[in-house]
Amino acid sequence: MTLALIALIPLLGACLPPLTTRSSRTVTAWAAAAPTLLALLILAAQAPAVFGGEVVRTSAEWVPRIGLSFSFMLDGLGLFFAGLILGIGLLIIAYARHYLGRRDPIGRFYAYLLLFQGAMVGIVLSDNILLLVVFWELTSLSSFLLIGYWNHLPEGRQGARMALVVTGGGGLALLAGMLLLGQAAGSHELSEILARGEEVRASPLYMPALLLVLLGAFTKSAQFPFHFWLPHAMAAPTPVSAYLHSATMVKAGVFLLARLWPALAGTDAWFVLVSLTGLATMLVGAWIALFKDDLKAILAYSTVSHLGMMTMLLGFNTGIAVIAAVFHILNHATFKAALFMSAGIVDHETHTRDIRKLGGLYWLMPVTGTLALIAGASMAGVPLLNGFLSKEMMLDAAAEATLAGNGWVVATLATLAALLSVAYSARFVFGTFFGRPRTAFEHPPHEPPPGLWLPVAVLVVPVVAIGLLPGPLAGPIVEMTAAAVAGPAGLPPVKLTLWHGITPALVMSVAAFAGAALLLLLIHHVERARLRLWRPEAKAMFDATVAAAVAGARRLSGGLHTGSLPRDLGVIVLAILAVGLAGFLGATHAPGAREVQPTGIPALAAWVILVAACAGLAVAHRNRLLTLILTSVVGLIVSLAFLQFSAPDLAMTQISVEVVTTILLLLALNLLPKTTPAEPGTARKLRDGAIAAAAGLGAAALAFAAMTRDFETISTYHIEQSKPGGGGTNVVNVILVDFRGFDTFGEIIVLGIAALAIHALLATALRGAAARRLDAMRMGEVSGDAHPLMLVVATRVLLPLALTLAAYIFLRGHNQPGGGFIAGLIAAIALIMQYMASGHAWAAARARLQPLTMIGAGVLIAGLTGMGSWAFGRPFLTSTFGYFHLPIAGEVELASAMAFDLGVFLTVVGAVVLALSHIARVEQRAERSGHAPEDAALPPGPPTAAPRIGLRTPAYGRED
Amino acid sequence: MIMVACAIALAVVAAGMLLNLYRLAAGPDALDRVLALDTMAINAIALVMLLGIWFETHIYFEAALLIAAVGFLATVAFCKYLLRGNVIG
Repeated sequence: MTLALIALIPLLGACLPPLTTRSSRTVTAWAAAAPTLLALLILAAQAPAVFGGEVVRTSAEWVPRIGLSFSFMLDGLGLFFAGLILGIGLLIIAYARHYLGRRDPIGRFYAYLLLFQGAMVGIVLSDNILLLVVFWELTSLSSFLLIGYWNHLPEGRQGARMALVVTGGGGLALLAGMLLLGQAAGSHELSEILARGEEVRASPLYMPALLLVLLGAFTKSAQFPFHFWLPHAMAAPTPVSAYLHSATMVKAGVFLLARLWPALAGTDAWFVLVSLTGLATMLVGAWIALFKDDLKAILAYSTVSHLGMMTMLLGFNTGIAVIAAVFHILNHATFKAALFMSAGIVDHETHTRDIRKLGGLYWLMPVTGTLALIAGASMAGVPLLNGFLSKEMMLDAAAEATLAGNGWVVATLATLAALLSVAYSARFVFGTFFGRPRTAFEHPPHEPPPGLWLPVAVLVVPVVAIGLLPGPLAGPIVEMTAAAVAGPAGLPPVKLTLWHGITPALVMSVAAFAGAALLLLLIHHVERARLRLWRPEAKAMFDATVAAAVAGARRLSGGLHTGSLPRDLGVIVLAILAVGLAGFLGATHAPGAREVQPTGIPALAAWVILVAACAGLAVAHRNRLLTLILTSVVGLIVSLAFLQFSAPDLAMTQISVEVVTTILLLLALNLLPKTTPAEPGTARKLRDGAIAAAAGLGAAALAFAAMTRDFETISTYHIEQSKPGGGGTNVVNVILVDFRGFDTFGEIIVLGIAALAIHALLATALRGAAARRLDAMRMGEVSGDAHPLMLVVATRVLLPLALTLAAYIFLRGHNQPGGGFIAGLIAAIALIMQYMASGHAWAAARARLQPLTMIGAGVLIAGLTGMGSWAFGRPFLTSTFGYFHLPIAGEVELASAMAFDLGVFLTVVGAVVLALSHIARVEQRAERSGHAPEDAALPPGPPTAAPRIGLRTPAYGRED
Repeated sequence: MIMVACAIALAVVAAGMLLNLYRLAAGPDALDRVLALDTMAINAIALVMLLGIWFETHIYFEAALLIAAVGFLATVAFCKYLLRGNVIG
């Protein structure tokens, strides 16, 4: 599993930096560097094997059914990229330590950075393509956090959002493409897919898979026309830009192209799509870069251009082009990271990145200037530097490429791009560091601390070293990587040398330099010409697209979800009716064989009451209070019916739920209109009535059919297994806490979440606009005593009794009707009783356990009980039970399910008390304002309108 | 003997519940209706106990106990609502 650790250590290590923020910033930086260093060491330990031609693999099952496994592989390509990611990551960590200001939360920064780093390493080491997509999306998410790190800046937030939309959307396409690719190859393991390239390319799924995968790769690597997000991502702090846009994030797309090269490349479609997209990107990026004034924007568009170049090379379908691409990935990572960091130093020292305001900085900061000069020259492709070598190889490959029978089109356009590249590099370096100093600086810029320029220097060393001695230094790495991409068989011998002789590439290179000199002389004329042309504004187009998508989604959901309850119910009921009718008409039916039982007097009376109450509800539905009373009647009769049909658990639940519901609805009704508006039109009433009657008759017929025949259900099995399997004789409770314990666990979590949502929503109701609406409500005149003495005394006496009842119902629940849920409701009612009788303030002040604590404790206890079975090597929520003999109490059964039931109990109590008491608090707000409208800010006095009856001492109630 | 008594009692309680229903429908005041509901719940307790005797089972007992212990709270809530609006407070 050591391979997985390389990705997991940074991911888990992301927790470290935020923990150290109380120490100095250097400690935090070390906390970030340590995991990176550790991962790098583990990687280095694997390197000899990979250089020896071995592919290191590790694999563990994850979700085998969908072909997702936790498998990693390390070959030349993976080693190359992982080394770049971790190595440059280390330099960025050092640089960011000095770059970020005192007010920037540095712990958070390093946490995001490590998350991103781990996800990136995960991409390049994944063996499973679905796992790769998971890491891919993780990089999209973590780069969103990094780009938006300065979340007080609107540009930062917008840039982050744009990057997320584009790369995350591409990630979805990639997922689809990977699934198709897996279908075509018959495996989700890269090592197998890469070996079955022929099969994949012959498959009918090849084209759609290719298009989707390319969409993912092109969005990530900012290829034309998706390049627009990258410059906007420059709102990030410079260390982020240096990291994301030199060696990592944007290289992920290029990596993917290289990774899947053996499976997907080699076809005409690949050549046309990939190389032409790359060529277009290379030209467009270089052209825009030439006219940008922001240093980071120049570098951003230059990055776009260089990414296009790598893409184009990978699209050429030749081994020599793959070598050039791999070599350029290495070179670009070094000089571009160095340039980004230099731009950051300039920004740090002069507080501007506008090239029009800069100049002559070389003499103020010679070290930075020299380093930037070397890196910039490498970007331009000046001989003796590494950028020159890979550019020569690119031109070489371009000279050999033919497009539609023309041998010169690609070569000419590539030369043009090289020309532009020289021009913007020159402008970047000379505009910043040479020429006349153009701004009188408030604080004269000076050389930054070594912490800032040292990482740049570390990167410039390979720029020069590889430029001078390419063969010995970069040769083995490039050969190993390229062999992993193209396969050792398809690869020409790798010869990285400084001097190739007078080749077409050298001629093109010289032409590029000469053309660039000419272009720079004429730059003002060119610029004027450019300004006359139409230039698409990517951000405006993107914003318009997003706005249109949002508006479309709103229209769709608004049309579907009108908020009209009758309409929604009508659709649902009609759908059920249709399904039921289809089932009924599509099958044979016969009357049930069971004897119809005789009807007793009580049953008849209950039936009459039920029908009358329901009919009354329909007639009097506009009077909401009457509706509530009638609903209570229905609830009472339903619980009696449950008893009649031998379901005492259900009856007890129904009885307690009825009470809580009534209180809840009365609380709500107090804030709502007291009558329902009249519905228009007889036709509509008739239609709704017909739907309701049809549904009711259908349900009745169904119930009748089910009850008049014998059939086998799962309950027979449950009843048989209840005692031997769950240790209890109450099958309802055993099902809840044991057989279907996992469902119950999920349900109490949902209950807890619902209660939290109520808490959060109602907390805001006491502030802002909602509170002003409450203030304006002006409750009607109130009369009567708020806390009648008799009620206060009676409920306080009842409290221990009701709690005892709850405890009793809880304890016997496993064997007799009862259990945690019912007991929880009873306990909640007992507590709510105190709120009602003695007032919210009195009861809340005496509550030792806050409802929120109860909910948390309940879910925790249930979860821990479930996990307890892990200790015995059993699956989650396996229950156990035993019988114990206690002195006095006698034979006692203890089941682990009881602890689980305790969790259910606590969650129910907490949720009910929280919901009811919070609504009551909101109402008090409205009430107070009704009494003291003049000054709502003052603590409310006792209501003056209410006549006071009875004694009032603090012992049983503060008027509140 | 006890069965006969039970049958008579059941009939009487059922009749009582129907009378509650009448009061609930007739009103005239909301308070009358709440009272009707409360009485109906009390009759329901009696009904449940009688059914328990009739079927010779203990299993109904807790349901009756529960209606007695918590059912009255709905009535209290209705009354507080009618008097003061806010049920809790």
